[in-house]
Amino acid sequence: MKQLSVDVAVIGGGPAGLAAALSAKAEGAQKVMIIERNHELGGILQQCIHHGFGLHRFKAELTGPEYAQRFINELDDTDIETLLETMVLEITPERKIYAVNSEQGMMEISAKAIVLAMGCRERTRGALQIPGSRPAGVFSAGTAQRFVNIEGYMPGKRAVILGSGDIGLIMARRFTLEGAKVEAVVEVLPYAAGLTRNVVQCLEDFDIPLYLKSTVIHIHGKDRVEAVTIAEVDDAWNPIPGTERVIECDTLLLSVGLVPENELSSHAGVKLDPVTNGAYVNEHLMTTIPGIFACGNVLHVHDLVDNVSKEAERAGKYAGRYAMGTLQKPEKWVKVVAGDNVRYVVPHEISLTEPVEFFLRVQRPQDDVIVDVGGVRTVRERSVRPSEMLNIKLTPEQLQNFTGDTFVIQVKDRKEAEQSA
Amino acid sequence: MREKQTLTVDVAIVGGGIIGTAVARELSKYDVSILLVEKEAEVGWGTTKANSGIVHAGFHEEPGTLKAKYCFPGNQMYPKLCEELDVCFRRNGILMVARNQEEWDIVQKYYQRGKDRGVPVELLSKEEALALEPALSSDILGALHAPEGGSVMPFELAAALMENALQNGAQLLTNSPVVAAQVEGERKVIETAEHRIEAKVVINAAGLFADDLAQMFGDDYFTIKPRKGEEYLFDLDTKDMVTRTIFPVPTKVSKGILVIPTAEGNLMMGPTGDNIEEKEDLATTRDGFARILEGAKSLVPGINPRKIIAQFAGVRAASDRGDFIVELSPNVPGLIHLAGMESPGLTAAPAIAVDAVKLVEEAGLKLTPKEDFEPRRKPMVRFRSLSHEERDRLIKENPAYGRIICRCESVTEGEIIDAVQRGARTLDGIKFRARAGAGRCQGGFCQPLVMAIIARELGIPLEEVTKRGLGSEPVMYHAKELLTGGEGQ
Repeated sequence: MKQLSVDVAVIGGGPAGLAAALSAKAEGAQKVMIIERNHELGGILQQCIHHGFGLHRFKAELTGPEYAQRFINELDDTDIETLLETMVLEITPERKIYAVNSEQGMMEISAKAIVLAMGCRERTRGALQIPGSRPAGVFSAGTAQRFVNIEGYMPGKRAVILGSGDIGLIMARRFTLEGAKVEAVVEVLPYAAGLTRNVVQCLEDFDIPLYLKSTVIHIHGKDRVEAVTIAEVDDAWNPIPGTERVIECDTLLLSVGLVPENELSSHAGVKLDPVTNGAYVNEHLMTTIPGIFACGNVLHVHDLVDNVSKEAERAGKYAGRYAMGTLQKPEKWVKVVAGDNVRYVVPHEISLTEPVEFFLRVQRPQDDVIVDVGGVRTVRERSVRPSEMLNIKLTPEQLQNFTGDTFVIQVKDRKEAEQSA
Repeated sequence: MREKQTLTVDVAIVGGGIIGTAVARELSKYDVSILLVEKEAEVGWGTTKANSGIVHAGFHEEPGTLKAKYCFPGNQMYPKLCEELDVCFRRNGILMVARNQEEWDIVQKYYQRGKDRGVPVELLSKEEALALEPALSSDILGALHAPEGGSVMPFELAAALMENALQNGAQLLTNSPVVAAQVEGERKVIETAEHRIEAKVVINAAGLFADDLAQMFGDDYFTIKPRKGEEYLFDLDTKDMVTRTIFPVPTKVSKGILVIPTAEGNLMMGPTGDNIEEKEDLATTRDGFARILEGAKSLVPGINPRKIIAQFAGVRAASDRGDFIVELSPNVPGLIHLAGMESPGLTAAPAIAVDAVKLVEEAGLKLTPKEDFEPRRKPMVRFRSLSHEERDRLIKENPAYGRIICRCESVTEGEIIDAVQRGARTLDGIKFRARAGAGRCQGGFCQPLVMAIIARELGIPLEEVTKRGLGSEPVMYHAKELLTGGEGQ
């Protein structure tokens, strides 16, 4: 078995892995390697041929492949090594990576630091337990996207989409532009799960109906999907009898959530947060296993790729420092806690001595709020929604004012907060 | 209309489920021509595919039934059979759990039944049972332990039996529903859309459709009463939760809702047992799920429905006798019925196959054992179970084993090509044989890749690749086809 050793090994060559590798290199790490299972870098961006990427980072409306290419071009100017069509099978807590490809066979790669950047997978019909038969024609939205945009095939011509996640909304438009009819987008929540701009640009602009507080309760068809039954749901998501409606279709797309792909991480002993399904990390984005870092959608599912790149750059920077032995350990870690109307916050621990950048998501939509960040800063927001991540930065000066044991971040109604103040 | 091709054989077997394939393999030990006719694209796709995969211990069955006659002997044949065919088989044992005094009395009855039959069984106190299976409910009184109960992948076994039968000279027609059957003198004739098959002996192993086939021959003395069972499969990371198959005491109609560690390690819960009208009603239901979850939680409270990755339903081909039918037709000479195969049909199949051979002889065929019978099929490569060093050597020999296609189950391109070479023709066939797409993402990532490999290996366009036979093509059109005067107009 081939033996290799590197300073920083980045697992996954999607947007997170690319940014992390570049940043580790820029930080001074000598030997940086990206291990990618696909035959090209860029990850899921390569099938996202719609535009809207990079508005924050590049102040330009790029397609997915264009966004990825900017990083790939940068990478070409470095000596970062990339192993393509290579699958990581195992990571050990001692930071040994077992990977395989058809040319080199099995490889044992010893890394001083590892950055986990494997991304996420789509939730499936099986996970949702949608009743009915099991015909062909049920796809996760991302799989359908790959068929259309990469392979050049249309799954069907008459679709229902369950879930209003961003990929589902994008695929509603894609299917329509490809000449198929999208009969409905069905969402169990009382609001769309995806970004507002996608609801407008992908559904409203094409007159595709969005049914809220509804779900698919039965799939019909023996060999191929023939129809689905949808129904309205109550607050506990139980179908309301009498509201059932059969919609004929040949395809059902599922856009019902993404799950970070942390099987490798778990096997290595990395502790996971049951809310994000990603690793517990400190402000260096280091997991509970020393020298193993995480970023991007494997850490928590992001809204915009721009935010993935930003987070991955931090992970790469600290991984680079760890590999070089220059990452300082703080005197103590303070736990970060998700308070009222906050579903989760990343990172989970902060040192109070370095600048920190939080990503968080709310539980439910709320208008006119202030976000209380550990009592040391407040941020006013006109509206917060679960689909959009909040990004809050704190300086060491602001953090100095913190008193207490746990650093609570909470969302408060602005008027109530001002009255009680 | 094209004239049907006539095939003449000694024995025609109708139905490629676990019974039909087991009989084909057993008969292929003898110097006799065999043709198995299967309506689906691959064997093992009816009731067999959705079987729980339990190799029962043999203490359940009512005395005096054929179920009792064949279950324990069948169980005893499994280790050698699966070793010869290189099929995953685990003797993980069975526990029947008592949750109250009434159930404890029933458990003791089964203990005695097992003892009487020579089935290895023991009674366990609550503490002993919990020591074996710490995830069991602490509300139990005790349990019956049958260490020789096991777990097998039923589809894999049917495919392996067929493959081995083919190696030994049997023939197979897939995609061939029988449309007509009659007796013509000494011969029995069955017709499919494309073939007319003349046989000296016909074995009816048509499962759910066994009564329909019998009726085509004018034989209508039994009927099949379809009974549906739903199953829910968990993520592989539930693997170590439970080792033995956990049974409650049986109900009147079934062995109850079980917690089943499959041969591959995933946990499964089910099945329901609901009488249905339509033989191919394979829909899972909200109500079925609720009942199964309740039943499974009463045995293993820690079961987490969030870990479910797949669900499916199968239909048991129960007969109106409530027992197996293993006999020569009293009305049609040379017609053998192997019907009514509900639980423990899978366990009993190897033993039934042995008796089926005797019935063939009774029907007048003289059977001479072959000297060159090959009991082993070509060994399977299972990349996920190899050591790193073994993997490395394998890839050096064949680089296709270095390309992982299914990331959830670590299935390589080499294994998928091998599955096609062994007879897989569809996505489901690849999933059941090689496990590509059987994991937590349910093919979300690998489906396009697997389809491309099937298309390449079979030399067909991608849009002709099916999920499980004609009409189940996942992709129906080329991109832009709907915009340029194709189907979408």
